[in-house]
Amino acid sequence: MDKKSNKTIFWGLVVIAAMAVLSLGAEGIADATGQTLLMTVLKKGTVYALLVVSMNLLNGFTGLFSLGQAGFMLIGAYTYAILTIPVAKRAGVYQYYDGGIVQFSIPEAFSGLLGDLVGGVIGMVVTLLICGLLAALFGWLIGLPVLRLKSDYLAIATLGFAEIIRTFIQYESFAPLTNGSNTLRQYPTFKHLYPYVIIVGICILCIVLLVNSTYGRAFKAVRDDEIAAEAMGINLAKHKMLSFVISSFFAGVGGGLLAMYMSSVQAKGFTVAMTYEILLMVVIGGIGSISGSIIASYLFIGCSEWWLRFLDDPGNNPGGIKLLAPGFRMVVFSTFIMIVVLFFRKGIMGEKEFPDLLRRRPKKSEKEAAGK
Amino acid sequence: MSENMLKIENATMQFGGVVAVDNLNLEINEGEIVALIGPNGAGKTTAFNVVTGVYQPTNGAVWFRGEKIVENHPQGKMKKLYKGQHAGEYTQVLAPTPDKITKLGMARTFQNIRLWKSQTVFDNVLIAKHCRVSHNVFSATFRLNRKEEAEQRADVERLLEVVGLTDVKDELATSLPYGKQRRLEIARALASEPRLLLLDEPAAGMNPQETDELTAFIGKIRDQFHLTVFLIEHHMDLVMDISDRIYVLDFGKLIAEGTPAEIQNNKRVIDAYLGVTEDA
Repeated sequence: MDKKSNKTIFWGLVVIAAMAVLSLGAEGIADATGQTLLMTVLKKGTVYALLVVSMNLLNGFTGLFSLGQAGFMLIGAYTYAILTIPVAKRAGVYQYYDGGIVQFSIPEAFSGLLGDLVGGVIGMVVTLLICGLLAALFGWLIGLPVLRLKSDYLAIATLGFAEIIRTFIQYESFAPLTNGSNTLRQYPTFKHLYPYVIIVGICILCIVLLVNSTYGRAFKAVRDDEIAAEAMGINLAKHKMLSFVISSFFAGVGGGLLAMYMSSVQAKGFTVAMTYEILLMVVIGGIGSISGSIIASYLFIGCSEWWLRFLDDPGNNPGGIKLLAPGFRMVVFSTFIMIVVLFFRKGIMGEKEFPDLLRRRPKKSEKEAAGK
Repeated sequence: MSENMLKIENATMQFGGVVAVDNLNLEINEGEIVALIGPNGAGKTTAFNVVTGVYQPTNGAVWFRGEKIVENHPQGKMKKLYKGQHAGEYTQVLAPTPDKITKLGMARTFQNIRLWKSQTVFDNVLIAKHCRVSHNVFSATFRLNRKEEAEQRADVERLLEVVGLTDVKDELATSLPYGKQRRLEIARALASEPRLLLLDEPAAGMNPQETDELTAFIGKIRDQFHLTVFLIEHHMDLVMDISDRIYVLDFGKLIAEGTPAEIQNNKRVIDAYLGVTEDA
């Protein structure tokens, strides 16, 4: 195991570095060919990969059916936006609230210390960490009452909390802080793809390490059989809470990244539908498979944003068939999802991870020899 | 050798109006193999659940290695409903969750096998070691616990060797034949480093040959791991073979206790199992 765990960290970092280099290449190609949609898909897919994996940690690895994802993302997104809007631009953003009550910007503070570029980036990363920590804190508070519930009841309770968070953020009395139901914008974002890839990659690597650690194994035990897990000395309350808080942390970081990607946030957009979308990706990728979640998020985003666009193009519908009106691509898209769910009942990857596919399978004759 | 391992003191477990275990008193000393027998529905598994913290007794206490670990008295609605004895003698409420009791050194198996289905044999045993982990989640995630992890893995290897499951350690737990699944459950319980092992019908569904093997196996692990064993069983051959003492439950009440020879000739036990003719 010693060597194996070292290997995981080492190969994880190698893969992240390779992906970052690849993303630079992809960006070059996209710029050269004018494929803006490719960049959209890659950026959004990368951010969603983290959100899907963090949800999978909870739903797939610990067996807690929670639908609070959008709420934690919202906390992350708003924290990021509120803490990073440059002071000079606050009057414009908070135009109805005298520039809001927060009159500092973390990246600016760091820029003052370390120079514009380095300080700015460090400030953004620090803010992302704060996003995660705040979401984790909320996760802990929400977890105290709701983690006593099981399956559907837990889903309903977390769903409710996500809605409560959304409503609170839009609440008029908090508006000097959250800008009410108006958008938050003009905060700094990463222009290139590779910072997203690196941050998401590191977060996912952490989750992979966690899942393969002794705590990850305990999570799986809780998922497989709670009663046996408890009888074998695994504290259910503690481990469920741990998983819930860690998942909220990464959902918060993912929310911050999503805010960056969208370049303006509004609480209105973080609805239950967003949670469902992520849940769908978890299911399509395979409940309990991290690589499946990553693949599914890129495929899903690619399908919904890019590959089916041609269906909406009136030029491809010379006969003017009514059925093929704009929006028809969503019908095709839904059909695709149904097909995937019907034919890959355990998702694309099942419970396997990508390295499992590369491992040599024992031949049938060997298996029989070993069995008898 | 004769240190008191487990003591159940006036334990009553009442569900609504049904008294499942009625004023149970029982003692197990270190190193003994003690069996709890009785007809179906006598309350044996309930007694186990009371000891392991799955249920809280309605009234009474449980002592483990000289320490009181569970205590309760009727509360709320139960105050009126309570039909048992010794009401009012217990005033404290001590209700640790099962995981805490396991950490104290008590491990159990289940009547219907409860292995972690999606895990391999090796992982099943390894997960049971989790309760002895000293690292927190951060140091475990970032692999600062290498030494402990390596030790645990070596322990698990050794344990699988002892129970004879080394050759199937990478198989899924559920793909094992029934008898081996039973063994795996015992191995998993042993991995949590218990002093007292509770076996709930370990031979259920086994054929005579498997039962004989199990009998030898239980004796072997008792000696090897310095265990005390408390078991529920219906296979009388096994019970009579390995038990030092036997307790007999019927309708929640203790009707007899003694050595196997005494129990075999106890009239009340025979009546409980075979029934009594009213007009005799």
